[in-house]
Amino acid sequence: MRYLARLMQPLESVSGRYGPYGGRYVAETLMPALDELSRAYEECQGDPAFQAELDSLLHHYAGRETPTCLASRLSAEVGMRIWLKREDLCHTGAHKVNNTIGQILLAKRMHKTRIIAETGAGQHGVATATACALMGLPCEVFMGAEDVRRQAPNVQRMELLGAKVHSVTSGSATLKDAMNEALRDWVTNVRTTHYCVGSVAGPHPYPMIVRDFQAVIGRESRVQMLEQAGKLPDAVVACVGGGSNAMGIFAGFIDDAAVRLIGVEAAGDGVATGKHAAPLCAGGVGVLHGAKSYVLQTADGQIVEAHSISAGLDYPGVGPEHAWLKDTGRATYTAVTDDAALDGFQQLCRTEGIIPALETSHAFAYLPTLAKELGPDADVLVCLSGRGDKDLETVIEQLAERG
Amino acid sequence: MGRIADAFENARSENRAALVIYLCAGDPDLNATVELVVAAAESGADIVELGVPFSDPTADGPAIQRAAQRSLRGGTTLAKVLETVRVIRSRTHIPILLFGYYNPILSYGEQKLVDDAAESGADGFLVVNLPPEESAGLRGPAVERGLDFVPLVAPTSDPHRIQQAGEMATSFIYYVSMTGVTGSTATDLASASKRAAALQRELGRPLAIGFGVKTKADVATVSPHADGVVVGSAVVQAIEVAASTDEAVLAVRALVSELAGGLARQ
Ligand SMILES: Cc1ncc(COP(=O)(O)O)c(C=O)c1O
Repeated sequence: MRYLARLMQPLESVSGRYGPYGGRYVAETLMPALDELSRAYEECQGDPAFQAELDSLLHHYAGRETPTCLASRLSAEVGMRIWLKREDLCHTGAHKVNNTIGQILLAKRMHKTRIIAETGAGQHGVATATACALMGLPCEVFMGAEDVRRQAPNVQRMELLGAKVHSVTSGSATLKDAMNEALRDWVTNVRTTHYCVGSVAGPHPYPMIVRDFQAVIGRESRVQMLEQAGKLPDAVVACVGGGSNAMGIFAGFIDDAAVRLIGVEAAGDGVATGKHAAPLCAGGVGVLHGAKSYVLQTADGQIVEAHSISAGLDYPGVGPEHAWLKDTGRATYTAVTDDAALDGFQQLCRTEGIIPALETSHAFAYLPTLAKELGPDADVLVCLSGRGDKDLETVIEQLAERG
Repeated sequence: MGRIADAFENARSENRAALVIYLCAGDPDLNATVELVVAAAESGADIVELGVPFSDPTADGPAIQRAAQRSLRGGTTLAKVLETVRVIRSRTHIPILLFGYYNPILSYGEQKLVDDAAESGADGFLVVNLPPEESAGLRGPAVERGLDFVPLVAPTSDPHRIQQAGEMATSFIYYVSMTGVTGSTATDLASASKRAAALQRELGRPLAIGFGVKTKADVATVSPHADGVVVGSAVVQAIEVAASTDEAVLAVRALVSELAGGLARQ
């Protein structure tokens, strides 16, 4: 077995800062719980038994390691060598399960008796419900009413898995509001409940913990690239919502200075229209959901609703480590529109026989632009973060509208 | 000593707790806020917590969430709240604590906010999602300008964190009566009050109890023990159901007078 679920040593200071970003901007009631989580996680990092249990579940249950494969027909169309890291082949169909298995194991160690989570696309909700079913913990998922509508199959999956889904109607009724509601539940039930955050967002230690659990993507794919391509990729590309699949794959290459790291945000109707979900490309520095990072906001610090065809990217914030990677220039960020994402979606279906999630499709939509820059000899690794069964209704509707 | 500390001192000299009333600025509009604060001051409130609305109030229950949404729809900004404080100051000396979330403050600029708040006549800050660890940027300038920074203590706070809050407090400490959001129903206000009493002796600072205090009877439960009692959602709800600003003013007068009636210590 070499799917390498080793947890990284934390780079963060105790306060969880990435340059000026990160931190813990939460109600006092939650501060002790974050300390408790930090301590528990530190214990687990040093505990071979925890590592062994995590490794075993990731391998025998979640199906790791996932393959990396050369996408030959897509490569020919786009004009460079494109490698796919197949997180869509994980149990539940997306990378999210890497994190939820880790966190639910952690929650059990902390003797928590109840799990809550927020979800946008429903993939994190499904992955949390799955890990809870596996480990016998009750699970409640907060999901924006708008997302309940557009990701209906995932609501049904969560319910079959025994989770209770709360439809959140406040605000824009999407991921941001689901996270608000999850935080309100947590502040109420913090003594018994673990909040299983679904991305590298939220207060410290969540961005660190979720990155570490997702870093398996990067570590595996680095080894796989060396074996199969005989070299490291020239660039690694991933979509960025909260940023967990991107942070996970970036983590494997962060010390390889020659490997470009590229995050693709959702430009919605176009960044210029204001209707987008691209805080790194077009937002400002702010504090949302417990961390300082880039956010979409008005001139007086009110958070602005995001817009994206993809529920999992429809979020006005982003993980703080991405903010720091952007400022330091170690990673670069770009954004593609809903329309481009639909094109990327169709292209992967047609050329590779893989139906990607709409979130993931954003990463593919950027490849033609990148190919122009890098040329045909480049090797580019793309994080295929999830599969698109959940999105069929949206895609078919949108394609019909296009005519 | 600032106005807020004076208010606690004054209440203590009358052998009662100080009554702290929360209002969301700009609900239903900022002109109404002026009248509502004056009404609260005239009806027995000792301190007003003036809520600065935020789009994502994660520590608030439905009543204050709705108030913030109404206020934001009306165009309230932090700058306009400060203008409103200036107007209020021409009418009443009641201490005003600006109460809110961090992002509008960060966006405004911490030093600039402290300067402008001091000039407008505000007395201090309570920022729900700014724990001691993150607070230096606001607390430092505030203390320098003689404005109060009010830390929170929660039922989950351990002795170290309680100590830290005690050291940071310039006037009082806000004691959250239970784990929950604003507007929840307190399950055991009596024991929370006794715990607050023990903490204020230990820390040598006044504590005000908030969350879940809604009625005169609740105030009467807290008042014998804690130095202050905060009522928020009940006031916000009275304003919400009023048909006009005049009616809201009458409702706030009636409610605050009634709550003040619960302060007497037997
Ligand atoms: C398949 C897939 N990819 C990406 C994302 C975006 O999240 P993150 O940026 O944390 O990877 C989601 C979120 O729901 C998802 O389901």
